[in-house]
Amino acid sequence: MGKLENLDFKKNSLRKINNFLQNIDFKKNQREFVIKNPSGNHAICAGLKEDISVKIKGHVGYYCGGMNQNARITIEGNAGTGLGENMMSGLIHVKGNVSQSAGATAHGGTIIIDGNTSSRCGISMKGIDIIIKGSVGHMSAFMAQSGTLLICGDAGEALGDSIYETVIYIAGKPKSLGADCIEKKMTKKDLLKIDELLSIGKIKKIKSSKFKKYGSARKLYNFKIDNVSEY
Amino acid sequence: MCGIVGIYLKKKNLHVKLGNYLSGMLDNMSSRGPDSAGFAIYNKNNKSRVYKYSICFPSDFDEKKFKMSVNNQFKDILIKKVSDHLVISTKTKPEVFISFLYDNYKELKIIGYGKSIEIFKQVGNPKDIVKKFKLSELQGSHAIGHTRMATESAITLDGSHPYSTGEDECLVHNGSLSNHNNLRRNLIKKGKKFDSFNDTEVAAGYISNQLSKTKSMKKTLTKCLSNLDGFYTFIAGTKNGFAVLRDEIACKPAVIAETKDYVAVASEFQAMAHLPNVNKAKIYEPEPGIVYTWGN
Repeated sequence: MGKLENLDFKKNSLRKINNFLQNIDFKKNQREFVIKNPSGNHAICAGLKEDISVKIKGHVGYYCGGMNQNARITIEGNAGTGLGENMMSGLIHVKGNVSQSAGATAHGGTIIIDGNTSSRCGISMKGIDIIIKGSVGHMSAFMAQSGTLLICGDAGEALGDSIYETVIYIAGKPKSLGADCIEKKMTKKDLLKIDELLSIGKIKKIKSSKFKKYGSARKLYNFKIDNVSEY
Repeated sequence: MCGIVGIYLKKKNLHVKLGNYLSGMLDNMSSRGPDSAGFAIYNKNNKSRVYKYSICFPSDFDEKKFKMSVNNQFKDILIKKVSDHLVISTKTKPEVFISFLYDNYKELKIIGYGKSIEIFKQVGNPKDIVKKFKLSELQGSHAIGHTRMATESAITLDGSHPYSTGEDECLVHNGSLSNHNNLRRNLIKKGKKFDSFNDTEVAAGYISNQLSKTKSMKKTLTKCLSNLDGFYTFIAGTKNGFAVLRDEIACKPAVIAETKDYVAVASEFQAMAHLPNVNKAKIYEPEPGIVYTWGN
């Protein structure tokens, strides 16, 4: 292991490859790795802990980079359901399209998606920044609690349904807004945050002024102080 | 869970490879459905008046006696035996041949018929079933398949997909329906027959019934959106091609890969990772509530 040719799904199992990347021997002074022939396997690069960079050459299956801490993962292909689920920190960059529930429940770090992503992107996100250069599907940012969702394209139905403190910036149009999600006034601080995310995503085509801001109206049951006595 | 797969070949010279491609797809989807598996393979024969009847027989079945009896009754019978399945070719029309089988051989399961379709399905791990029916040797224009993780009905042949409820029609389904009992009652009133308590068989029956009225797969599947309750990704096959539909909530996955040679549909990308040039294919997820068709 450690050698480039060994991180190849034609030669080694998922468990061996993940186990190697989860237990990096820093004495060998290698920080960059390439995974070959991922062939849509699930849970590739799940549970990485160290500041290493991993390039995956091809399409990945479910939960790629799940629970990631510190690692920078680049996927030169598409990704399946649950990309970067419950990620804590680090970076995941997908050069293709992504399936549903990208960045679900993720606490920190950044996900950059060059293509489109389908439904429930950022569902219950808890602090991550997700940058999508294309569009997102329905129910994105559902019950999203913290962090930022930046969408350069459009969004499907019920964007930000039951949203908490997550902020959504969108350059295109949401097909509809979910319960308790409203458009909010853009501040200077917001524009600075958008500029920061655009620069992380290396997006030059769209200016921060093109974006609209959406967030919680704080009108649902759990936001009402009168209901505190129930507990 | 369940895994569904489909492949439609755009070029005739690839038809010899169909079974090979599909067997790899089913094999890769055994992780999503280890209980039973099945597939429908479409191979149009040149003699357009010949019907093919796909039949499964029980282990204590007297094949010799059966062969003699059908040969006596009908003149042009050709029987292909693959494991516990028979594919019987004859010009005899379905209403005559199927009633003959129903009346004389109640122990046989007629799992599909048509001028193009052949269906094979059985209980067991997909990896074994693919070998048992020698799928990799089969040829044709398009095929669909299913690997089942049983949820709402028993692990039996009757509970295995694909379901065929009309000539050259079949359906595979990932998901579960919630209004199938009601729909089944309505369809029985209209004269449809059902062999199982399975929800997918009802959806297949519903689709066949609509298709006979609308003559259009696109219109039929669009009707499903308002009349079928529950979760589903469907692949519905006809003699010319197949169609894909996901319900509007879209909990059940699907991915499509399209090249100049083929269109492949599967629950997960890994089912098609072995297909030629798949890394250069146009890969996308079918959008919820939109009907996609090829060849129809």
